[in-house]
Amino acid sequence: MQGKSKEDEILAILRTVDDPELPTVSVYDLGMVHEIKIVLNNVAITMVPTFAGCPALDFIEKDVKEAVEALDWVDGCQVEFSFQLRWTTDSITDKGRENLKKLGIAAPPETYQPGDSWTVSCPYCDSAYTSMENVFGPTACRSILYCMECRNPFEAMKPVVEYSIS
Amino acid sequence: MTKRIETADEAKQDAAYSEALKELIYQMADDDFIVSFRGSEWLGLAPHIEEDVAFSSITQNTMGHAVMYYNLLEELGEGDADALAHARPLEKRRNAVYLEKQNGDGSYLKEPYFDWALTVVRHYFYEVLKKVKLEALTKSSYVPLANIAQKVLMEQPYHLAHWKLWIRQLQNSNEDAKSRINMRIVEAWKEFGDALELGTKSSEMVQHELIAGEEFLQKQWLNEVKATVMSLPTYPLEKGLGNGRNGKHSADLKQAIKIFSEVYESDREAVW
Repeated sequence: MQGKSKEDEILAILRTVDDPELPTVSVYDLGMVHEIKIVLNNVAITMVPTFAGCPALDFIEKDVKEAVEALDWVDGCQVEFSFQLRWTTDSITDKGRENLKKLGIAAPPETYQPGDSWTVSCPYCDSAYTSMENVFGPTACRSILYCMECRNPFEAMKPVVEYSIS
Repeated sequence: MTKRIETADEAKQDAAYSEALKELIYQMADDDFIVSFRGSEWLGLAPHIEEDVAFSSITQNTMGHAVMYYNLLEELGEGDADALAHARPLEKRRNAVYLEKQNGDGSYLKEPYFDWALTVVRHYFYEVLKKVKLEALTKSSYVPLANIAQKVLMEQPYHLAHWKLWIRQLQNSNEDAKSRINMRIVEAWKEFGDALELGTKSSEMVQHELIAGEEFLQKQWLNEVKATVMSLPTYPLEKGLGNGRNGKHSADLKQAIKIFSEVYESDREAVW
């Protein structure tokens, strides 16, 4: 039962490691943690990259490794991103969606089909009266929108879903 | 039916299989890499600021797709992924020759008289092709490649939608825009031919169920392009610039390699 509590400790740490481009949203809440393996005092973590071209992956890898290795009992931690796994915006936890909103970033819409246009409510005033300014934003995973109600520009996470071939 | 190959080690046990597989992955990698390089040269020069944000985001992500393919090649014993991208000589590169074409006259640093119509036509044609190939690759017998195709397909619809919007808007715009786009379409028709081919190992690729055959891919590509582009030439596509799938490239690739490998060559051992 020792192993289980160790895993809980690792999970608790991962809930504190923020995405460098989304401060206040943890890599755990973004749904990037796939698997944790503990052998004696060594930890191996497999993570799922959000967008393939995300330049923050190396930083995330380093931040996760350092945070886990700061635990007294951990001798070493290996972090690996697997491009064989698929990340979808559904993997974002409820807490993640809430924390994104605090940053002024709307969570992705929950029903979306690849290629479709989409819209979300304003993270500041909750108005649905918003417009898409640019599907592409400051990072691959974000878009830029504008709220006609409270007149604030804001960002939203782009929806990323499983692709089915028609 | 060819059995599914789950790992690089398994693929390496069959020489014929792994040769065809590597050839295919080089084509995918080099296409994404060179198209993103030409895209990166537009940074700060795109028609307006929002386009600059969008185009650079697409370019960065496409470069990320190239990285995944180079990593697959590294696993298959082809050497370091960075070296594959930066240090491979021209004749070993497998990208379609039209994709290496310079953006226009001048250079990024000096008098960049780049042509937006060329860029819109090129990226639209390429993204349609990429989609068609990725869809075929999801059924590939090489599972790591099929998995990557599935992941890229979750991101690529955004790229394709972007260029489709541009081509739709420009061909419905004024006479100047229409004629510029049409001129570049006619030009592309004469130069895009090798992009739609799979090179000397195409029959092995099909035989090992790595990807669907050229004819199928071409038909899918043409159907999709026809649905969006108003007037297309009626004659078959040509290979006026050479055949990149066989390593026959233009001087424009030489120019590209010189620029994109400059930093890498300055210190090959540097850790970033």
